[in-house]
Amino acid sequence: MRYSAFSLLRNTLSHHKNWPQLWGSPDPQPEYDVIIIGGGGHGLATAYYLASQHGINNVAVLEKAWIGGGNTGRNTTIVRSNYLWDESAKLYETALKLWENLSQELNYNVMFSQRGVMNLCHNVHDVRETKRRVNANRLNGIDSEFLDAQQVKEFCPAIDLRGGGRYPVMGASLQRRGGTARHDAVAWGYARGAAKRGVHIIQNCPVTGFDIEGGAIKGVQTAKGPIKAKRVGMVVAGHSSVLANMAGFKLPLHCRPLQALVSEPVKPAIDCVVMSNAVHAYISQSDKGELVIGAGTDAYCSYGQRGSMHNTEGTLAAICEMFPQFRRMKMLRAWGGIVDTCPDASPIIGKTPVEGLYINCGWGTGGFKATPGSGWVFADTIANERPHALAEPFALSRFSSGYLIGEHGAAGVAH
Amino acid sequence: MAQKYRLPEGGRVDRSQPLRFTFDGKSYEGFAGDTLASAMMANGLRLVGRSFKYHRPRGIITSGVDEPNALVDLYSGTSKHEADARTTMAELVDGMDAKSINNYPLLKYDVGAVNSIFSKFFVSGFYYKTFMWPKAAWLKLYEPFIRKAAGLGTAPTVPDTDHYEKHYGYCDVLIIGAGPAGLAAARQAARSNARVWVVDDQPELGGHLLTRSATIDGKDSDAWIAEVRAELEAAPNVTLKTRAQAISYFDMNYVAIWEKVTNHMANPPANMPRERLYRVRAGQVIIASGSHERPLVFADNDRPGVMLAGAAETYVKRYGVKPGKRAVAMVNNDYAYGSILALLDAGIEVPLVCDLRQEPDGALTQAVKDRGVPIRAGHAIVAIKGKNSVRGVKVAALSEDGKALAEGEKPASQACDLVVHSAGWTPAVHAHCMARGKLAWSDDMSCFLPSEGSDANPNVSAGNCAGQMDLASVLTSGHEAAGQVLEALGMPANNAPAAPTADPEAASSTRILWIVPGEKELGYGSAKHFIDFQNDSTAFDVQLAVREGMHSIEHVKRYTTTGMATDQGKLANLNAIGIVSEALDVAPEKVGTTTYRLPYTPTTFGVIAGRDIDELLDPARTTAMHPWHEDNGAVYEDVGQWKRPWYFPKKGESMHKAVLRECAAVREDVGILDASTLGKIVVKGPDAGAFLDLVYTNKFSSLKPGKCRYGLMLNEDGMILDDGVTSRISDDEFYMTTTTGNAAPVLDHLEEYLQTEWPHMQVYLTSVTEQWATATIAGPKARDLLAEICSDVDLSAEAFEFMSWREGTVADCPARIFRISFTGDVSYEINVPSDYGLHLWNTLMQVGRKYGITPYGTETMHVLRAEKGFIIVGQETDGSVMPFDLDMNWIVSKKKGDFIGRRSLYRSDMSKPDRKQLVGIKTVDPSVVLEEGAQLVRELKAQPPMDMVGHVTSSYMSPACGRSIALGIVKGGLAAKGETLYSPQPDGKVIEVVTCSPVFFDPEGSRQNG
Repeated sequence: MRYSAFSLLRNTLSHHKNWPQLWGSPDPQPEYDVIIIGGGGHGLATAYYLASQHGINNVAVLEKAWIGGGNTGRNTTIVRSNYLWDESAKLYETALKLWENLSQELNYNVMFSQRGVMNLCHNVHDVRETKRRVNANRLNGIDSEFLDAQQVKEFCPAIDLRGGGRYPVMGASLQRRGGTARHDAVAWGYARGAAKRGVHIIQNCPVTGFDIEGGAIKGVQTAKGPIKAKRVGMVVAGHSSVLANMAGFKLPLHCRPLQALVSEPVKPAIDCVVMSNAVHAYISQSDKGELVIGAGTDAYCSYGQRGSMHNTEGTLAAICEMFPQFRRMKMLRAWGGIVDTCPDASPIIGKTPVEGLYINCGWGTGGFKATPGSGWVFADTIANERPHALAEPFALSRFSSGYLIGEHGAAGVAH
Repeated sequence: MAQKYRLPEGGRVDRSQPLRFTFDGKSYEGFAGDTLASAMMANGLRLVGRSFKYHRPRGIITSGVDEPNALVDLYSGTSKHEADARTTMAELVDGMDAKSINNYPLLKYDVGAVNSIFSKFFVSGFYYKTFMWPKAAWLKLYEPFIRKAAGLGTAPTVPDTDHYEKHYGYCDVLIIGAGPAGLAAARQAARSNARVWVVDDQPELGGHLLTRSATIDGKDSDAWIAEVRAELEAAPNVTLKTRAQAISYFDMNYVAIWEKVTNHMANPPANMPRERLYRVRAGQVIIASGSHERPLVFADNDRPGVMLAGAAETYVKRYGVKPGKRAVAMVNNDYAYGSILALLDAGIEVPLVCDLRQEPDGALTQAVKDRGVPIRAGHAIVAIKGKNSVRGVKVAALSEDGKALAEGEKPASQACDLVVHSAGWTPAVHAHCMARGKLAWSDDMSCFLPSEGSDANPNVSAGNCAGQMDLASVLTSGHEAAGQVLEALGMPANNAPAAPTADPEAASSTRILWIVPGEKELGYGSAKHFIDFQNDSTAFDVQLAVREGMHSIEHVKRYTTTGMATDQGKLANLNAIGIVSEALDVAPEKVGTTTYRLPYTPTTFGVIAGRDIDELLDPARTTAMHPWHEDNGAVYEDVGQWKRPWYFPKKGESMHKAVLRECAAVREDVGILDASTLGKIVVKGPDAGAFLDLVYTNKFSSLKPGKCRYGLMLNEDGMILDDGVTSRISDDEFYMTTTTGNAAPVLDHLEEYLQTEWPHMQVYLTSVTEQWATATIAGPKARDLLAEICSDVDLSAEAFEFMSWREGTVADCPARIFRISFTGDVSYEINVPSDYGLHLWNTLMQVGRKYGITPYGTETMHVLRAEKGFIIVGQETDGSVMPFDLDMNWIVSKKKGDFIGRRSLYRSDMSKPDRKQLVGIKTVDPSVVLEEGAQLVRELKAQPPMDMVGHVTSSYMSPACGRSIALGIVKGGLAAKGETLYSPQPDGKVIEVVTCSPVFFDPEGSRQNG
């Protein structure tokens, strides 16, 4: 059923009894052409594009719990493409272009809202690095501009330029095409679109092992029994190392908790996304009215989806620095996810030492914004059994060749 | 009329202390001891707010932390502006100013209520299905409308002037909740040697006993509470905190507690914080957090005047307020009849009680029956009359399975202005779950109860939150919990009291109907069965979500927003689980719960930030010479945490002019720089030299005492981490300097390797950055100047060579003088103990006057070093630059063996000729100064995208060269010096440049060595 105001009206008249299921709950078949492990945004997008772009419909997405329940449902929903290096900029810009049409493509409103993303500068060094990034973005054909302090205030009147006296605002980069999206809707929209094209979305189905013969993948073992496939894509973020270990290889990843929180809802107070590396926090306001706030990762490695109190204390202190009027706002809910981070703060996309087993991981703190692009290049990579041109620089082999893509600065937060 | 719903007597309010408050601009009166909610109720205010989505009129539902509806903005527009304040938790203060929220223009006539008309359209998930056409309308039209309609209160716009404190606490036993279970536990724990903390969110101890009093140990519960309180207050080992809510529970029994310190005071003393955050590490925790009454899900259960039975009882008993005059009740359990009795005692008429049970039993049920109140078994309220407040109900018998009205049943009307209801009580298992405890479904009680705990968090749940519901077992469980944790701690109570006793209650039945049917099937007709009141999520929405394939409770939560309101599902979640379990036809245990997230109740940002705001967010570090800089008009640059003089403008002088003047002084006479901020680390121990060989790319073990050497430090990936000069003090001691910003990261890096990779090495690292103050004097006259105030060191070029150091006396202070140079001129870095730093500086300034001494800041330092092609880590490098890229092969030892990053240096990509490499850059027009961060291209195109080959890392007007100079990194730059590149500017202009050697000035180094 196509979604529209008319279908909504029609279903209202029939008391909403006839809405079809979004993605169903099929039992696994014994074999698929492709298995995608991980029902997060990236995995579901991969399945969607395999079906919609490459005609590969006999696909299963295996999710250990509920789809979209990992970092897809735990991030602060920021979307932007103003990355420093050419390789990253091209990848994230591909994603941003897909975002711009995603609601229409999926016929599912993912509420992509291009309200602009500002990255603030608080010292001379910030200004230098920000200008470098703005210049690089522009020459890569990505919209990006440098704002002086007064322009920052005009764009976001809620900011205190004095910043409590410690970190005054000296300027900012602004990407107007950046913004936010409704994170759950992204997973659901891709799942619905994939399911409509025949993809099986199988929840509560953790992968417990790999069947590998002669160095090639033959299938996986799951809680719902063995499933065969000659091509398997692994998109499991914080648990990538665990699965890679099952498949017999190692990944250069650190997994750390990354926390986020929201305030109680209030009427519109901030109309854009504001990020600051120096005071270390970022903030936006959801359509519901909650201030959505995040910061850097916890300092220790962990697989527990929870962080520590002192991180939240630092984050809110930083928010109160930029927005002293928010000190009387209240934190409603806080949570944590596990981010898998590479030494160069860039993802790994492509082949693994096991033939037919592909990997897409290492997105660290920045995966949500890449979701459509990540799915796009990964689907292409699996379908054609060779890395997509944009994925090529992000091969696992770069850690032995030394071709690193250091995005620590552009990642928005310290890893 | 003032307080027309106030009972003539009773309650715990102080009638001798009237307090004024305003609501939506009108003035009212309440009493000390009231909450804002009870005071509003005393004044007959029913309609207090509007719901989130449909803007339905809403009244007070609860009396506590679980209130979803009765939220207001307090003190609007002032520095005390608090959005979305719960009236049920706000203690009334004289002069309190409250404003209703989420309505326009008036609470009573809210245009947003138009949403209600379209409510059938606005079912769960509707916004995912529409607003997609035309595409541009989302950002311009639909979303702004949604954003404006959403939100509840308004965000403050004026900075908060109150202050907040944070505090660490340590105890053996932490007791969360001071109701009967918590007090029974505390009484015993107080008699042990354990350090005990007791925290409760209310101003008074007693918990639910404040609502429903009882006889404990043969006395009135008020007397028992007073007795326990006296004992706790007298016990030196007990810390008692009221108005203090445990908000989150982390591993190793680390609990955050939020205390409201002065919120309840009209004129708090200025020295007291508004709120305080305690972070308590407890040996054992007793969770006695009670339970929340569960609403019944019935038609239009959100109308103002519909409230939980226990809440109505609380308003009557605790606050002496009548929630209405004539009440109809709907209940499914015996306990709720106690609430009905309270209403009767207060003179509230109760014309009838609907009991969902077919055969109502229980002592309290009987007592109500004995009062002549008709009890309709198997009956339900199937409709509410009235919109802005209840005017009556319709009552009907239900079918046997409770899913519909009994066949042929015609609902009967009953006039009333109050509806009280109860579906039983849900244990508050939040703390148990935040502590990673597991839950098990109880069929008997129709709720989740704590099962296994986590070894990381030793705790015991007691009382209601552990499923103990009658007072006698609540008291026993609290007492036993204390016994259990004291035994675990090995700290038994001295002359332990006997467990407090109360009369046991006879068992009685309960009947669960997750949905109480209305006149029409769900989804038909206009009535709504609310689950999450604030977010306007209904039973129908949840069923729809399940129908659309949302089978996980987490999906249902996110799709319908059930449980995401500011009460975080305290009222909603169990009902949602029940309804999902019915819709899926699985046991509630299979549905499970959503994650119990912190905080337990919304907590002020300010208290979590504490004192870490304004200047204290990240306290600025200043050097010993800072007072002089202050007196002499320095302009500062933030470098790491340090305030460093950026330049020293003379009156009316621009930065540009000041820097030119400072540069010239160093090149011609002598300049003085405060270099105290450089990181300084003492590396000491028999293996210190060997350790440094592993840390730096070049060799340090061969360095002789008295000598200095420049070193590069790499990360494991071969990229440059830091640089600096390290000097050998003695055979087993080195003095390392780092860049200012990297002092702490470098120390971390060294400690990590020392502790995890090479624990066998005998090396000790000590940060001495703040122990030494450093004045650098540089320029042709530096030696003469130093000679005037240092007589015990032979300063001649032969005796005291470049890259060596001497111990001596400078300006009568013990000093270490390092002859190193970051400017390319003769330069001495004079280190003295920090306390002498200002004296040293003053002396140098005084004696230096005749040499034309000129203080210079970081900008001049940068220009001077750039003239020499010296890099700055973090400016010329960015984590992607290795030594070879800087043409620094000379510093990478091939012979000495391993060092950090060595393996990575010889990977295939590292020797590619097109790596980005350090070059000097000259603009074709010498007067043009490139912008730092400007990008460079080889081939110009009319418009982007263009292939970038590098960027400008440093750029200055150089007085010594008489032109602009720049450094940058450029692909294949080392081999291609002299090539022409272009820098396209944001304004469309293009600057043409030529690459060159990065050393612009004195390439032979004769000046610094001289």
